[in-house]
This record gives sequence, C-alpha cells and structure tokens, in this order.
Amino acid sequence: MQRAIRNHQFAFLRDFATRWDVLALIVALGVVAFLAEASRGLLAPLSQLDATPLSLAPVHLPVYAARTTLRMFAAMVLSLAFTLSYATWAAKSARAAKFLIPLLDILQSVPILGFISITVVFFMSLVPGRVLGAEFAAIFAIFTSQAWNMAFSFYQSLRTVPTELEEAAASFHLTPWMRFWQLEVPFGLPALTWNMMMSMSGGWFFVVASESISVGHTSVALPGIGSYIALAIQQRNLHAIGWAIATMGLVILVYDQLLFRPLIGWVDRFRVEQEPGMEPPASWALTMMRRSRLISGLTVLFYGAVRWTSWASAPHAALRPQGAPARRARWRGWGLIWPALLLAVVALALRKLAQTLFAQTQLAELRTVGVLGLLTMARVVVLIALASLLWVPVGVWIGMRPRVAQWVQPLAQFLAAFPANLLFPLAVYAIVAWQLNPDLWLSPLMILGTQWYILFNVIAGASAMPSELRRAAQNLRVGGWLWWRRVALPGVMPYFVTGAITASGGSWNAAIVAELASWGATKVRAHGLGAYIADATAAGDFHHIVLGIATMCLFVVAINRLFWRPLYYYAERRYRMS
Amino acid sequence: MNAVPLLRVDAVAKSFEKPDGQELLVLEGVNLQLFEGQIIGLLGRSGSGKSTLLRLIAGLATPTRGQCNYLGVPVDGPAVGISMVFQSFALFPWLTVYENVALGLEAQRLARAEIRRRTLAAIDLIGLDGFESAYPRELSGGMRQRVGFARALVVHPNILLMDEPFSALDVLTAETLRTDFLDLWSEGRMPIKGVILVTHNIEEAVLMCDRVLVFGSNPGRVLSAIEVTLPQPRNRLDPAFRELVERIYVEMTARMSGVRAGVRTEFFPGQGIGSVLPHISSNELSGLLEAVAAEPFRGKADLPKIATDLQMEIDELFPVAETLQMLRFAELEGGDLTLTEAGVAFANAALDERKRIFARQLLTYVPLAAHVRRVLDERASHVARKSRFIDELEDFMTEDDAEQTLRAIIGWGRYAEVFAYEDESARFTLENPA
Repeated sequence: MQRAIRNHQFAFLRDFATRWDVLALIVALGVVAFLAEASRGLLAPLSQLDATPLSLAPVHLPVYAARTTLRMFAAMVLSLAFTLSYATWAAKSARAAKFLIPLLDILQSVPILGFISITVVFFMSLVPGRVLGAEFAAIFAIFTSQAWNMAFSFYQSLRTVPTELEEAAASFHLTPWMRFWQLEVPFGLPALTWNMMMSMSGGWFFVVASESISVGHTSVALPGIGSYIALAIQQRNLHAIGWAIATMGLVILVYDQLLFRPLIGWVDRFRVEQEPGMEPPASWALTMMRRSRLISGLTVLFYGAVRWTSWASAPHAALRPQGAPARRARWRGWGLIWPALLLAVVALALRKLAQTLFAQTQLAELRTVGVLGLLTMARVVVLIALASLLWVPVGVWIGMRPRVAQWVQPLAQFLAAFPANLLFPLAVYAIVAWQLNPDLWLSPLMILGTQWYILFNVIAGASAMPSELRRAAQNLRVGGWLWWRRVALPGVMPYFVTGAITASGGSWNAAIVAELASWGATKVRAHGLGAYIADATAAGDFHHIVLGIATMCLFVVAINRLFWRPLYYYAERRYRMS
Repeated sequence: MNAVPLLRVDAVAKSFEKPDGQELLVLEGVNLQLFEGQIIGLLGRSGSGKSTLLRLIAGLATPTRGQCNYLGVPVDGPAVGISMVFQSFALFPWLTVYENVALGLEAQRLARAEIRRRTLAAIDLIGLDGFESAYPRELSGGMRQRVGFARALVVHPNILLMDEPFSALDVLTAETLRTDFLDLWSEGRMPIKGVILVTHNIEEAVLMCDRVLVFGSNPGRVLSAIEVTLPQPRNRLDPAFRELVERIYVEMTARMSGVRAGVRTEFFPGQGIGSVLPHISSNELSGLLEAVAAEPFRGKADLPKIATDLQMEIDELFPVAETLQMLRFAELEGGDLTLTEAGVAFANAALDERKRIFARQLLTYVPLAAHVRRVLDERASHVARKSRFIDELEDFMTEDDAEQTLRAIIGWGRYAEVFAYEDESARFTLENPA
C-alpha cells in the first residue's frame, strides 16, 4: 500500500518542465485574478445577506454533520469526474499533457484557503438562490483540495498500463470505450482510491474552513460543523467546541469504517502485481457488503450497466460487417490552432494579472508581502524541523514493533484526517487567557494537523524495512548513534521525505487560518503572509488577496522546486530499497 | 499441404526511430508462409526481432516495409481470426477466469447465451473446469496460462500466435502444458488451423514445430529454416531429435563466430566502440570458464550438453559464451565452446592473477574499455563524466543500449580494477581505493 502511494503521489516530481510551469503558473494566477475581478463588482448587493440562523444546541449537531459530509461527497464526485476526464485527456494527447501536467502541479501549490473568499462571492453571484451559491463555493473549495493529486495519480496509472495487457485488449478488439472501463480505469483504481483517501483527509480541513466565511461585509454561514464552531468561537462557548470536536471525530471514524476500509479492501483485486505476503486489508463492512444480497444485486446491476454501455458503443472497426476502414484522418489543423490558443490564454492571463497586481501595487507593498512570506516560511521550516526531530525517532520506534504499529498507524491516519482547525479555539483560548506571544504560540497550530503525515509515513517506512537488515545490524552489534546513522535513518528516508512534503504543503495552507485567530471579539495575530491574506479577506480587499495568494503560490512553488524535488529525487535514488 | 497459405509474410522490415531521428532497424527482409496444419517456430535470442515479427503478424504494430497477408488480405490492425497467447499471460486481474475468457466474445457483441456456451466450452477444452469463478491471482502459473489459451481459443481463430508461452513457467508445468497442447492439436480438437510459436528454447522448438526459423540479431533476420519431419509425439532422447537440436546449435553459433570475435584494439585506436555489449557479470564469465575447464569438458564443451548440465537456456548461455569469445577466453565454433590459452590460465589462476589476466584481455580486445582507460590516462585530473561516453555511444545505438553497454563496461572495469566509477557523481576515475 505504502509503495503505491509514493509511486503515484509524487510521480510528477520526476519531470522538470520549467517552461510549461511558468505558463501554468501565469494561467492559474490569471484565473484567480479574473475571479477576484468578477466578484468585486458583485459584492454590494450581497451584503444584505443574513446568515442562516444557527444554533449551538448539541441536538442539531447530527444534522450539521450530515450536511458537512454531504458537501464532502459532492466534492468527491466532482473530483472523480474531473480526474477521469482531465487525466485521460493528458494521457492520450502528448501535446495537451505538455501544458496540463505543469498546470496541475501549480494548482496543487495554490493556497486554497486564500481564494475561498473569492470563490464564495463569485459563486453566489452566479446562482440566484443564495444558499445554493454558497454551497457551490464550499463544494468548489473542497474540490480544489481534492482533485489535483487524484488526477495526478490517474494520469500516472494511465501511462503505466502494462504493454501486454494493452496488446491483449487490442488483439481481442476492445473498443476505446471498453478499454477505458475494462482496462484503464480498473488498473488505475488502487492508486486512485488511496489518493481519494488522502484527499478526503485533507478535505475535512477545508470543509470546516469554507462553511463560514466573511468577505468584507458579506458573511455566509452554511449549516455544518464548520459554521457551528465559528459561532461557538464568536460566543466563547467552550462546551460547544467540545461537542463539535467529538462529533467530527465520530464522523471521520464512520466515514473511514463504512467507506474507505471497504473500498481499499475491494480495490485490492485490481492490483496487477501481487506482492507476496501482503494480506488484503480486512474490513468488516466489506465482508458484510459482500455477503449481503442487496449489495451484490446492486453490483451485478452496475457491471451490467458497464457492459451495456460497451454494447451500445460502436463495435471495433475490424468487427463491423463490411469491414470498411472507418479510420478518420486526423485533422492537421490542431498543430497550428493549439499553440495559438494556448498563447492567447496565457496572454489574457498575463494581462489580467498585470492589471490586478501591478497597476495598483506600490513597491513598498511588494516588499512588505515578501518579508511576510519569509516570516511564514521561517515558521514552516522551523516547525517541520521540530516535528521531524520528534516524530522520526518515534515513528522508527513504532514501525519496528509491528504490534504497536498496528494500533498507532490507523490512529496517526485518523489524526491526519481530523481537521486541526477545530482545535484552534482551544489554543487561542489558552493564548488569550495566559497572554502568550502570538507570533510564537500561534505557530504550532500550522503544523497541528499536518505533522501526522510525517509520523505515519515514517512508521510505514520503518515497518517496510526488511527484517533481515535489522537482524544483520544486530548481528554486527551496530548500536547507538551509528545504528541511527547507518541503518534507521537511511531506511526511512524516502518515506520521511514523502511525509515532509505533504506536511510542508499543508502547513502553508494552514497559515492562512492559523496566523490570525479570534476568540469572541479578541483577535490574536502573528506576523506573516497567512495573516496578511486573512486580513485582506476580512476587509474584502481583492487586490491584496490576489497579491497575497500570488506571493504564497510563488513561495510554495519555489520551495518545491528548489528544495523538495531535488531532495525527493535524491532520497529515491540513494535510499530506495528494491 | 494446401497451395494457399493461411498467412504470408513478404519482405517485412521494421525499424524504430532513434532519439536523434535516425532509423534503427530491428527486423529485415523476413519471408514466411504458414499453411494449414502447420506449427512454425521462430527461434532466436532476445533482440533478434522474433517477438516484433509476431506483433506485426498480430496487427499490433505496422511493418516499415513489406506486408503481412492473412488469407490474402493485408493485415492492418488486429485481425479477426488471429489471436495471441502472451508470455506473461496478460490476464486482467480484476476479472474472473470466466470473465477473462468471455471478454473477447463480449467485444464481438454476441448474444449472451452464445457467449456462455462458447466460454464454457473453451474452459472445458483447456481443462479449467471448476475454476470459472477464480481470480487469476488464486491460480498457479500453469493454470493462468491455461486461461490465456482458453481466452485465445474462444474466439475461434484460424491462427494462434504464441509469444514464449511456456518460458514464465517452471520446467514441470511447462512440459505438462506443452504435452496437453500437442495432444489437443494432433487430435484436432482446437478450432485453430495454424500456429506460430516464438521461443528461445531449442528443444521446445524441435519438440513442437514442423518448421523452425532460426533468427539472427543486428538486425533481426531469418538465418535459416529447418524442417522437422519427426512424427508426433516426439521423444527428446531419440537420436534423430538430438541430432536436430545439435544442428540448430551449430547453425546458431556458426553465425556468431567471426562477427564478434575480439579484434586487437591497439591496431585501431578509438575504433570499434560501436558494438552493444551484454550486461554479463564477471561471476557468470568465470563460472562458465570454470565449468568448461573442469570435468567432463576439459576445455572443450558441446553447447547442448553444457546447456543441459548448467540448466541454462540459450538466451542465458549464448550471451555469456559470446562475451568469452569477445574477450578471447574461448572460441565458439560448430556448436562447441573451446577455451583459449588465456581462458585456461584464467580458470586455473587465483583471484589476483585472474584480475590481471582479465584486465589484459579487457584492454586488448574490448575497444570501449581501452577507450575509457585512454581518456582517463590522458586527462590530468584522471576524471571523466559518464555522459561523455554515453553521447559517443549514442551515435551507434539507442539510449537504452548505450546505458546497458556502459553498465557492462563499468562492471568489468571495476572487476579488473582498470578504472573506478562513482555512481553518485556519474564519473569515471582512476582512483581505486586499493
């Protein structure tokens, strides 16, 4: 399982496509700028909107939890649709892939929380029903936190379908449609499911953050756990916060047991290479579903539908009665139109960006934003280093004890999925109560939710280490610091880097909600880019939001390219066991 | 034999484009005719283009020149009536045995009852009864390949193409499958009319085929065609059978001697670095040298005999033997491997002496090794980047071949201690830790 993750999650790190990256960056930021522009004029009429009245009574929590979960589902369906189309397009057309793949990479680095404010206003203006618009915005925000890595994983799968399976499909005259559903999708499923699970665990954070948003004078509170907790903060209600945390924990637990455990157990059948000795993950829910008549009836129906679509689609050319060659000549014009189209889009994006950013920005402002970015970066770096110092030894210790790992691993994954922003109020309460320095004490919040990625990846790495290697080290009486230096640390290195990349990316995003926190009317603020974006959002200042997002985006991309990517490369080459 | 062939391959050639835009010829001037009731074997080592030819016939690739005709119609895309069995089985792991077999019929949009009838018939024929609902992972290799056969037969093809169908199986299982296949074939219980079998196992070719085409490499081409008229079932111990096997060995080694025998590099400095070297470790080389030097061969080994003794297939044995010939440790002629003076000396020497002998042969007979050493000697720093040599090699070969050739040279150079290589920095140096 762990191998599959790493192979797919960061597979994009292998290509260096700098030219295309620049274009992708421009277009992505251009779209953000466009959305900001489009929504600015629409702000006024919406300001009359009243927040849907919410109640802090715990009785309402099940309903709120259900609404929140539903949003997650909707976003997941959207993400799947996006994945199947976008990744397939990129995999089938080398020309399109040149641009689509770097674009995906950039989109992954855009701080989603930053532009929630923009999308909220944009979507509310699109949809006449007010609540529906806000719902769309929330779902869109979750979608943007889920879709990219899923698309990457599927793209990677599509490109690694074993040649002999492709040949078998061709020689038995499967149509492209049949091949997609009977070969390519099943082959990509294991990696895709794993990425869906990772996306989901990231998604809870964003669903909580996107339910209750205030942009300038517009505030939206969708019924859900996120809004519930926002209200609790406003009213300084610690009990309610406790209820929300408990409910969220329960929801994630149920989600995991009822959806993902069964999915992962089921998806095991789609694995092409079976690693010997790997048990398919057990799931009581899956066993239950497999033995239930109702569910098996439904699956038969589903497979029947897949077959029927194959049936309904046109048969393979060779099997048509006349056998007349139906091959369409490829239209050559694309070779010219495509670059022109691309150029036009890039030019438009560039113009929009220039209008939004440079026309109204003074040099001093740029310098301020840059310095704030450096501050936030310093925080992320120090925090990742501290978390590594703590969790790498712990993870190694746990990973080498299978019995402990069996218990701790799911717990770490659960903690990674738990939206840390639910816990923020507790910390902020403490900071306010004891008058702590926010610049220092708000920082740990950034890594509260993301540090677990380091832990569970290191655990996975340590348990994957061949026991013979450990025995050999014992036999040679390698101990103490030498053992860490020569055996343990190199052994978990590739896994650690994977976890650290995820943790660092997540921390940047979390900065936007962590650097500026409130407790009732009291606001605590740390200096940094996250607080800058949060301030701009609260003020409804789109110009500064875009500037902040663009800067953060550049920081994240630069760090990924200059630091994580080479490090990942190095760890894979040097320490990969196989 | 009928006058109209099932399949006719006319002057087929296939080339791929190299990164620098030049053509790389992998198959040249192949002619072949398959008649009803015939099994034709394509025998050769990896890289001889036999699998490429099979894919051209299957319509999975298009020939650069020439044409494949199936029943008089040019093959253009996968033809109905030609199906294929794969080396790695190529079963869909998410489909059961039944679903795997039925897939080809579903693509043809037959009625469900018809699909069911034919699928069960094929499963029955191939001996998979009772396994219908099993997933491929639950099956042994032999059973998986049976599914491969059932899947290929269920569409009622005229021609069955088999791409080394038994090479991924253990010896016992492979033999059972071969026998079962030949029984079904000779009893006429399979719907097929002709078979093309790709193999690198000489005995398998003689056991199963009516006609064996021996392939040579660089570029892939047919060296000779050998008719096998022994009646089925054939006996491996039959003297006539052994004689045919021996003949094919001679046939295959005859073409190898001379072409790649080592040439003294000092006469042609910088020349001849363009040949692709196999990635053979020094252990394999000394292992074969020792085996040939020892009883019962005493310096001269009959290839079929030593292949059986060492349980090596020609695909494994030939590259090692050829490398020994290139290094002038042995001569390869008439199906025999004979040690040279250097070969005998090497086999009898202790480790350090062996390294000295190996270094001498390497620098004398392998131009690329001599070239690397010369470059290192000439430079004041005694350091050279790997990419420098890769670039040079890519004038003559593909990227992959250049990489493989350089890996071979690195392995031999390290063993002989004529130069060192650092993987981290991808550099050759003269600094041996010793």
